Amino acid sequence: MFYREAGQFKSTYAKDQAIFPIKQDKLGVLAIFLFALLVVPFFASTYWLNSILVPFLVFAMAAIGLNILTGYCGQVSLGTGGFMACGAFFTFKLTTAFPEINIVLIILMAGFGTALVGIAFGLPSLRIKGFYLAIATLAAQFFLIWMFTQNPWWTNYNPAGVITAPPRALFGDFYITGALATPLNKYLFLLCFVAVMALVAKNLVRSAVGRAWMAVRDMDIAAEIIGIRPMFAKLSAFAISSFYIGIAGALWAFMYTASVEALAFEVTRSFQVLFMIIIGGLGSILGSFLGAAFIVLLPILLSNAPALLGIRMSTDMIAHLEFMIFGALIILFLILEPHGLARLWQLAKEKLRRWPFPY
Amino acid sequence: MTNAPRLFNEVLLEAKNISLFFGGVKALSGVTFDIRKGEIRAIIGPNGAGKTSMLNVINGFYHPQEGTIRYKGEMRRAMRPHRAARQGIARTFQNVALFKGMSTLDNIMTGRLIRMRSNLLFQALYWGPNQREEIKHREFCEQIIDFLEIQAIRKTPVGRLPYGLQKRVELARALAMEPDLLLLDEPMAGMNVEEKEDMCRFVLDVNEQLGTTIALIEHDMGVVMDISDRVVVLDYGRKLADGTPDEVRSDQRVIDAYLGVSH
Repeated sequence: MFYREAGQFKSTYAKDQAIFPIKQDKLGVLAIFLFALLVVPFFASTYWLNSILVPFLVFAMAAIGLNILTGYCGQVSLGTGGFMACGAFFTFKLTTAFPEINIVLIILMAGFGTALVGIAFGLPSLRIKGFYLAIATLAAQFFLIWMFTQNPWWTNYNPAGVITAPPRALFGDFYITGALATPLNKYLFLLCFVAVMALVAKNLVRSAVGRAWMAVRDMDIAAEIIGIRPMFAKLSAFAISSFYIGIAGALWAFMYTASVEALAFEVTRSFQVLFMIIIGGLGSILGSFLGAAFIVLLPILLSNAPALLGIRMSTDMIAHLEFMIFGALIILFLILEPHGLARLWQLAKEKLRRWPFPY
Repeated sequence: MTNAPRLFNEVLLEAKNISLFFGGVKALSGVTFDIRKGEIRAIIGPNGAGKTSMLNVINGFYHPQEGTIRYKGEMRRAMRPHRAARQGIARTFQNVALFKGMSTLDNIMTGRLIRMRSNLLFQALYWGPNQREEIKHREFCEQIIDFLEIQAIRKTPVGRLPYGLQKRVELARALAMEPDLLLLDEPMAGMNVEEKEDMCRFVLDVNEQLGTTIALIEHDMGVVMDISDRVVVLDYGRKLADGTPDEVRSDQRVIDAYLGVSH
């Protein structure tokens, strides 16, 4: 009744190819963004901002990156943690070497650096695919973490092997990293930054390069026969994916944890992001957000559920139960909807279009 | 129906002494034939005769051990498929090879990728040259969609389409490349009579209206004899006969290969 396309006539291809061709979608996304920008800051506590919204946005960024590579281009990667570490350490080295350059530029430069690393480790994808490629990217993961832990140069010879975010302002005294940055500042910056990057990702996947990725994913032989250069398609996917993941790593280190060691980007981090895109939906930008929300929010919800329900339990018990229920939910979810949350939303939209008169 | 045979003189592609082995298996041995500009050329033969191998050699998917291919006057032994595509060779597959996760329109748009020039930055912003380019190519794809009468399934993911329509979308994707030479590998396999008739009409229309040279593999002899200008017959990787449908039909060796010989 409220969500339907009837009566929205598109008289030009430009309108038909718009990013949100349906009016309700456009208004909905705008409303969510404005709500997050203008309303949330008044209600959210420091705990909410620091422990829920900031990691959610950072993980959404990482999930978009991995989704470009795995969901859109079909190249499985287990090196996400390693690439996140690249972004974090590159940012740290750059911003300590050039403190006068704006932190956003530094983060973007670290992203480009990570993209180069991604291209280097993406080279095996020209020869191997599937599980074998996954193993090759796993090698990247271990190599990169080893490099950052073994080489004290990366941490500016910090005895504990930890990098700590120096205070940096976006402009004036709007600090977004370091001790002076308030959770609200971080949240507002991340919200806008991630929103812009998500739009860019959406634009890429609906343009020529996105179609080349999807063609390689769906049938690489046919893709080559219609003139797509497999090398360009795969390596560009690795580069852009690593760009996003590197930025996510920088944001993780500088805005979420504020100080971090290389081991924080261990292989479990790779799996965590991989779970997000599988649960959220492979090949969907929206799915990246939904998956990140699922993985970040559900454990928090589960650990608070007994208290909310008025059940008294020991903290050990809660922690163990949380793992068990979380695991069971993931399995259940994959059986019920293997295409992820994004697909559920798609199905819901198709139902909504006909509601309340399905025929 | 008797047609006066159409005459074609300009050679578009010439395969000379092509031999292809897979280990000890000889897929093609010393096959020589040409495809002339503007014609419909059929490649026929019993199962395992090497027809698909021949197409794979032409568009660079297989690299023959012996022989050369002269395309548009340029000699080559081997080529990567994406290079062949950029030189104007398009093809469809025996088993439909569409991009299942994408819509019909996106599948056809992939055929335009070789003509898309805007850089990544404009693509990231979906603005300026990129948007103009997207619209320009969309217009071209819409013409093909009209031509092949698949307007209704424009936005449907191709994985959901029935087989006959998938074959049609695959043809559309090949046409989107604006090829000079179109290779069709059994375009009518597994279709009912009406679908075959539709497909024949499309093949003839493509040839007449767009002037595309077509090389096709087909098992339905009625179709082959009806629409093709010249036919080459392969058997066990060797060329048996080459000529107009009438010549081939009356060739004793072809009859033997298809019907068997009594010893």
